[in-house]
Amino acid sequence: MNKILLPALLVVVHLSAETYVIRNATIMTVAKGTLKGSIVVKDGKISEVGEKVMEPAGAKIIDAAGQYVIPGIIDCHSHIAADGGINEGSVSVSSMVDIKDVINPEDIAIYRALAGGVTTANILHGSANPIGGQTLPLKMRWGKDAQGMIFEGATPGIKFALGENPKRAGNPAGGRGAPPTVPARYPATRMGVEDTIREAFNEAKVYKAEWDAYDASAAKGGHGIPPRKDLKLEPLKEVLEGKRYVHAHCYRADEILMLLRVADEFGFKIRTLQHVLEGYKVAKEIAAHGAGASTFSDWWSYKVEAFDAIPYNAAIMQKKGVIVSLNSDDAELMRHLNSEAGKAMKYGGLSETEALAMVTLNPAKQLGIDNRVGSIEAGKDADLVIYDKFPLSDYAKVQKVLIDGTIYFDRDNEVSGRAAKQAEKQKLIDKEKQNQQRPQQAPTRRQGQ
Amino acid sequence: MRAVEIMGILLGCGMAACAASDNTFLIRNADVYPVTGAEMKGVSVLVQDGRVADIGARLVAPKGMRVVEAKGLRVYPGMIDSGTELGLSEISAVRESVDTGELGEFMPQLHAVVAINPDSEHFGVVRVNGITSAMTFPSSGAGGGGRFGGGERQVIAGQAALIHTDGWTWEDMTVNRSAAMHLIFPSTGGRGGRGGAIPDSVLELTPGAAGGSYTQARHTYEQQISKLNDFFDQARQYQKEKNAHGAGFKPDLKMEAMLPVLEGKLPLAVSASRASAIHDAIAFSEKQHVKIVILQPRDIAKVGAELKAKNIPVILGRVLALPETEDDAYDDAFTQPAEANKAGVKFAFGTFNNEFVRNLPYQAATAVGFGLPYDEALKAVTINAAQIWGASNDIGSVEKGKWADLMVTNGDPLETQTQVKYLFIKGREIPLVNKQTRLYDKYMSRQ
Repeated sequence: MNKILLPALLVVVHLSAETYVIRNATIMTVAKGTLKGSIVVKDGKISEVGEKVMEPAGAKIIDAAGQYVIPGIIDCHSHIAADGGINEGSVSVSSMVDIKDVINPEDIAIYRALAGGVTTANILHGSANPIGGQTLPLKMRWGKDAQGMIFEGATPGIKFALGENPKRAGNPAGGRGAPPTVPARYPATRMGVEDTIREAFNEAKVYKAEWDAYDASAAKGGHGIPPRKDLKLEPLKEVLEGKRYVHAHCYRADEILMLLRVADEFGFKIRTLQHVLEGYKVAKEIAAHGAGASTFSDWWSYKVEAFDAIPYNAAIMQKKGVIVSLNSDDAELMRHLNSEAGKAMKYGGLSETEALAMVTLNPAKQLGIDNRVGSIEAGKDADLVIYDKFPLSDYAKVQKVLIDGTIYFDRDNEVSGRAAKQAEKQKLIDKEKQNQQRPQQAPTRRQGQ
Repeated sequence: MRAVEIMGILLGCGMAACAASDNTFLIRNADVYPVTGAEMKGVSVLVQDGRVADIGARLVAPKGMRVVEAKGLRVYPGMIDSGTELGLSEISAVRESVDTGELGEFMPQLHAVVAINPDSEHFGVVRVNGITSAMTFPSSGAGGGGRFGGGERQVIAGQAALIHTDGWTWEDMTVNRSAAMHLIFPSTGGRGGRGGAIPDSVLELTPGAAGGSYTQARHTYEQQISKLNDFFDQARQYQKEKNAHGAGFKPDLKMEAMLPVLEGKLPLAVSASRASAIHDAIAFSEKQHVKIVILQPRDIAKVGAELKAKNIPVILGRVLALPETEDDAYDDAFTQPAEANKAGVKFAFGTFNNEFVRNLPYQAATAVGFGLPYDEALKAVTINAAQIWGASNDIGSVEKGKWADLMVTNGDPLETQTQVKYLFIKGREIPLVNKQTRLYDKYMSRQ
């Protein structure tokens, strides 16, 4: 009985988006400046934003006097909600695997991200291979199943990786001169990384040509035999067709430039450069290619390729014409991307709006979902975060988070619900203790069966 | 009157020499936040030979003395990070650049200070954010001999140093070459990290969670505690023999290093995370009659009263951290400082990782967001640290007689946007440049 009731309850709670009016707030729209006023949320969408709005009859009122509202935060680089390993590192090109197959909607990191104002996250494959697995953005709809978390209609992606991580798998353990303890996997150098990517696209180009020829003939009524579907090359064909975004992990200026030139050669675009810690050195080339850049605010020195990282990276790239986002790549950092954006004001002097855009509208653009999310504008999804204080600061605390017009996080409820949860946990522990104290029954089956 | 006094001071040390020296100057017309007292608006700070000589509204600089105009700016004491690896680790993934974790279980004779590289790029990076002093620990984080493979788990990692973040040599940087002895207290469930530490109440019920059965883990834990007690007993025996001046007494460097700990002159900085370990660490300190400071505690709500009752200070680890277990509240780490304050426990902040030392003030700000009074947050990155590490006569506040470790800002130093406009360490003006600002300038100018 309980098993039937619980999902039913979740459906009731999560699917019936209420009509809300968020009143008296300082609204940082990102797209159209900051204003003091109200937001009307209806049918999961923002229906009106302004100093004065038409309040629909029966709307629930959220009084946000003295508080701030920003668009839901979008993390362009995350690995939460993916069950188990996120690195299929056994092969240099693992484009056949897909993060979509391992979404774990019960990962507590989703709830914690939500409590940090994140409403959408780009869930990436790891960085063990020059061409990694397929990726996709999720909405942090805590309580829904895996399918329910997927950002409907978003263009899927694929992870690439350059530099130390992909070549590490190719370096036998033990370092220079030591006998290999694990089989080396190509590539072991940045030269090999370039070659691996070029070889893969060389193949993908031929594969695409075969399919194009077949499709053209079929369109004319031909009855040829279709080429064999290749699950490794299919996503690369989609990259060549612009139907799948490349999110490329990279650090050093040389490897960034290398990837842009390989992409130019094969006629595809790099959608985002991820980490891209030396992006500031080749900002001109990145802007010319049209790639977005998704970086850390101030991480540095954790490895050699991160030693020239500077906290001004985001600001320099932005000033030189690149669309820049700030990401987390980390379940903890993810929870305060708002103050990470504040660092773009400190380091490089960006405006409030420019800085906030780096965790809202800019990642939305990079993921091709800015028609739906990333700013507070009528017609967009009601993905909203309410803070008690100026949000680009560590003093600020998330009060409420709405996704598709539904409240998914409410600090008051979270805090008031703690005692009950603690009591329930204690009850379970006590019960288990009692169970373990009972005399164990002798096993009825023989060992070794 | 004031001017006359200043002239007196100047004449006292030789006019020409003082006027020309770079650590004598006046900061004029600033808002001074001494931390140990109420803020003073529109006052001047006289710095004489690297120390604060006077603070007042009517101080006048004699002719020739450098004046820093600070109208609209604020003067704070430089910040102190109470847990770092500064100078010991450059690139954390490269073994050759890391000197944090030595081999050996009981290594009290090691001195972090002698391995500090004054030219580490990290110093420049943390200085521009107002960090003027730091505790550098041997094996502060997840380091230890095992960090790059090999070596047993460290128990006593060596002596931590309190240093300035600027100086020509490590001697020049030293505030207190031996400020604490670092003890990594044994634990049953592994500590810290992403859900790494499991409370005993749960471990008891889950065979295998502690890397074997709970009974086994408990047994190993008790063995480690007993080994630790043995080591201290041995040191005490050595102390007796040394005091007795017996014939044939041979000095032993490990044992010598333990004497200040046994004499209560050197605190044991004890890394202990969960309530049970902290409780046991306190019991251990009482049994051995040693002074302790707890590093990176969680579970403050459970042990706060005990820490307060026994007057044991703590160094809180990163505020911006994940809960230790799945069941902990999402803001568990954010609220530890407020809990410590509520319990009346004396505390300071440490970041326990070089990379994030510059974010020390933002850790403090998060704590304020989650219930810590602002003034306490500011104290926890300044005067409390100085008091806990026995250096409050020299650093930690803007007061007459202390080193002029001063941070001059355009706003609240815990707020992200705030810029440090001037920085002084022992009265020396620190250029606000580093590897990162140089790269910024270079590549901004690229056409």
